[in-house]
Amino acid sequence: MAVLRPAGDFDRSYQQDMSILRKPWHLLVTVLAIGVLYLTPFLNSAYITFTLNRIAYTVIALQGLNFLTGFTGQISLGQAGFMLVGGYASALVSTYWGLPIWLAIPFAALATGGVGLLFGLPSLRVKGFYLAMATLAAQFIIPWLTRQPFLADYLGGTKGFIDVPTATIFGVSLGEQSQFVYLSVTVMLIMTVLANNISRTRLGRAFVAIRDNDLAAELLGVNLFSYKLRAFFIAAVFAGVAGALRAHSQRAVGTELGYNLVESVLFLGMLVIGGLGTNLGPYLGGIFVILVSDFALWFGPRLAEIFPSNAAALQSSFRPIFFGMVLVLFLIFEPRGMAHRWTLIKAAWRLRPFAR
Amino acid sequence: MNWVLVPQQVINGLLNGGTLALIALGIVLIFKSSEVFNFAAGHMVMLGAFLTWMFAGGEGTGEELFKLPLWAAVIAASIVAIGIGFLIERLALRPMTGQPLLAIILMTLGLSQVMEGVTTVAYGVQPKGNFPAPFSPSDAFNIPVPPVNGASIVFLDRLQIGHARLATFVVAIIAAVLFILFFQYTKTGLAMRATSENHELAQSMGIKVSRVFGWSWAIAGIVATLGGVLLATLSGVSVSLSTVALVAFPAILLGGLESFPGAIVGGLLVGLAQEIVRASTVVEVRNASDIAPYILLLIILVLRPEGLFGQRRIERI
Repeated sequence: MAVLRPAGDFDRSYQQDMSILRKPWHLLVTVLAIGVLYLTPFLNSAYITFTLNRIAYTVIALQGLNFLTGFTGQISLGQAGFMLVGGYASALVSTYWGLPIWLAIPFAALATGGVGLLFGLPSLRVKGFYLAMATLAAQFIIPWLTRQPFLADYLGGTKGFIDVPTATIFGVSLGEQSQFVYLSVTVMLIMTVLANNISRTRLGRAFVAIRDNDLAAELLGVNLFSYKLRAFFIAAVFAGVAGALRAHSQRAVGTELGYNLVESVLFLGMLVIGGLGTNLGPYLGGIFVILVSDFALWFGPRLAEIFPSNAAALQSSFRPIFFGMVLVLFLIFEPRGMAHRWTLIKAAWRLRPFAR
Repeated sequence: MNWVLVPQQVINGLLNGGTLALIALGIVLIFKSSEVFNFAAGHMVMLGAFLTWMFAGGEGTGEELFKLPLWAAVIAASIVAIGIGFLIERLALRPMTGQPLLAIILMTLGLSQVMEGVTTVAYGVQPKGNFPAPFSPSDAFNIPVPPVNGASIVFLDRLQIGHARLATFVVAIIAAVLFILFFQYTKTGLAMRATSENHELAQSMGIKVSRVFGWSWAIAGIVATLGGVLLATLSGVSVSLSTVALVAFPAILLGGLESFPGAIVGGLLVGLAQEIVRASTVVEVRNASDIAPYILLLIILVLRPEGLFGQRRIERI
């Protein structure tokens, strides 16, 4: 990406040219931010740790969806369904095979990746809207399958898998939300490094080429079908990791807890609000929408106190309204998302005093 | 599988498919005129059902604002739905003209979320009762049909047609035929068909394309309201009507995206598939009929993406 740099700011080696953290102060800010994340459990706030866990698995799921929808341009309405696969896979292997968490998460990721490949197969024939319908089918078929009676002995039927084993790292149990933060933040950071590097290597560039012009991409030697399948695989792997984290932090997994079409829509919306096809987008969109949802959850009961006759309806109904309105307004006024606004702000600072 | 039951399931399936066909028609209508695929269709159906329920003087709201007979309530709800349709088109979809597919799909999805929330705020979370089916013993339209054997017509000794099912089917098919006639023979309908062929050409012939978009959303509102009322005669007015209406998507893909007859045939076939699967409990599978349309959808997408009656697009993948 061609970025305007101030005079005198140049690279002396290829390694320096490729580095993400270009300046000492970049490193300092990053280390400080990570340090703050790891110190949050000491704040003793149940809300902050709970929210941090939610943000961690949401951001990971969004990073996966970003590869499929943001970079490759294939619309997917099935990310929540893939998360369900990851959650169940991790719960099953850690219960029945007794795998530790650091093996259960990769296993869940690979299992989900396989399912993702399966539902990516229609991309051989269809694209655009038709492919969105195929992923919609995945979003209905996967949760339906987990509720089946003939699998109920393993998956728990309609109630879902209750009593997912607590994650244990180096003999330390991470049962509490405040303890689980260490795991979820670590995994989030690992997946972020992975996502950043995938997006700027051959794979990510091939994805962008497919999105921008699939015929031209094929002419340049990008095997469309193979790369689309890889995008599905990566999206599902990230969803699997996210689902495993979610299952172990909530200590349960199942369709009772969500994982439905609305959640898949939520993921797509978060991605657009944050910024499609940017590495910052999943963070900005995920955090923003989760905070807006929490505000709606706070706002509903306050309003219910004022209008007690309609209390039950008011308590839960502001989440879809707020999310829908935010999404609609972003689509109309800022279709490139918060990440685009952020680059504009950065450019304005860099070019000061010549930019407005 | 109990083969004796199959003819009965075929009848039930086709009758259920009528409502699906009507809902599918509303989606195809918007897609044909403005190439917007309306993922909010399910929620428009739900909203229409709730509006009709309110105008018909729904119980449990505390104060009953309106107490219209059912037919008048449907008309009143349709008028509100027309307004909502115009508003959606003007405020939400007009700014999206020329935006990529994802943005437009997400716009309808965002609208569906807003509609869901607003409906919950306005009408509460409790499911409401069923509408009385037309032609049924508790007849709202006062059409005299002799009730044969209680609630259903029996013929060939064994096969029975439920009055409520038959009534929804008849109303749905009549409405569908009326809309198709509207597109064949009225000036607005002609303008809509012209717009769906070519926007620039229609504009140059003096058709106001943006107004046609508005009209197609308004008519889709009427269709959704009717579909919602018909669905609610069988399953009751509740927020989950929106998911019931999601089954219309496979119906459209089966029939072909641009085809009105395709939407009707697709709706009937999907209804049929659901009932057949419901009957054939070969294995211990629960709610298989919920998922049958989506399995069908995947098969269609792989074998024949353009559907039965759609235009075959030559498109490299």
